[in-house]
Amino acid sequence: MTGKLLYFAWVREKIGKGEELVDLPGDVSDVAQLISWLKTRGPEYEHAFERADIIRTAIDQTHVKPDARITDAREIAFFPPVTGG
Amino acid sequence: MIRVQPDDFDVSTEIARLSDGRTDIGAIVTFTGTVRGGANDSAGAITSMTLEHYPGMTEKELARIETEANARWPLQGTTIIHRIGELNPGDNIVLVVTASRHRRAAFEAAEFLMDYLKTRATFWKKETAADGSGDWVDARDADEAVLARWKK
Repeated sequence: MTGKLLYFAWVREKIGKGEELVDLPGDVSDVAQLISWLKTRGPEYEHAFERADIIRTAIDQTHVKPDARITDAREIAFFPPVTGG
Repeated sequence: MIRVQPDDFDVSTEIARLSDGRTDIGAIVTFTGTVRGGANDSAGAITSMTLEHYPGMTEKELARIETEANARWPLQGTTIIHRIGELNPGDNIVLVVTASRHRRAAFEAAEFLMDYLKTRATFWKKETAADGSGDWVDARDADEAVLARWKK
């Protein structure tokens, strides 16, 4: 499955890009697994997801938890806790 | 009404937009958030702040929050405006306006909108210091904790 991934704020800066299309391995089916897999893609990903516990995820522009399934996702975004307002 | 924009806003104009020609409104509450000169009381001065957001999701999330406020309180109108891009100390960042027949609903809904905006709307602040270094602002646990009061 090809997935569209988006990165914001310091996640984007650490990875060095805001958006990419990736071929996801078949055994990656939820958010936590996706993060574990991304961390194997290089030092910049390892660095960005070092504190995976504080990174927030949205699937198709809705906040989700780490156990959310990604199989039908069109767009998956990773970002730090929000700081607007 | 929801707007995410680089441009400044004018509070009087936004109040008028909600209330002009209406006689069913008895209370209008506005909240304006502005850029502080330092990250906290003891921190050094910042020269600018840049607001990044997630186009599409931000608007959806603000709409969800606005819908929830309207479900909880009898509101005659609501406005949420949030600025993005580079801002300077003293600049406006966010405006919430709520209109209702009576003050309590307007007060409570304005606070509710801001509490949820701060913890759910996909904005991120980066501060630039006088020496040019940039720092992403950390989320405050207190902002998340305050949501407990709105849980039913």
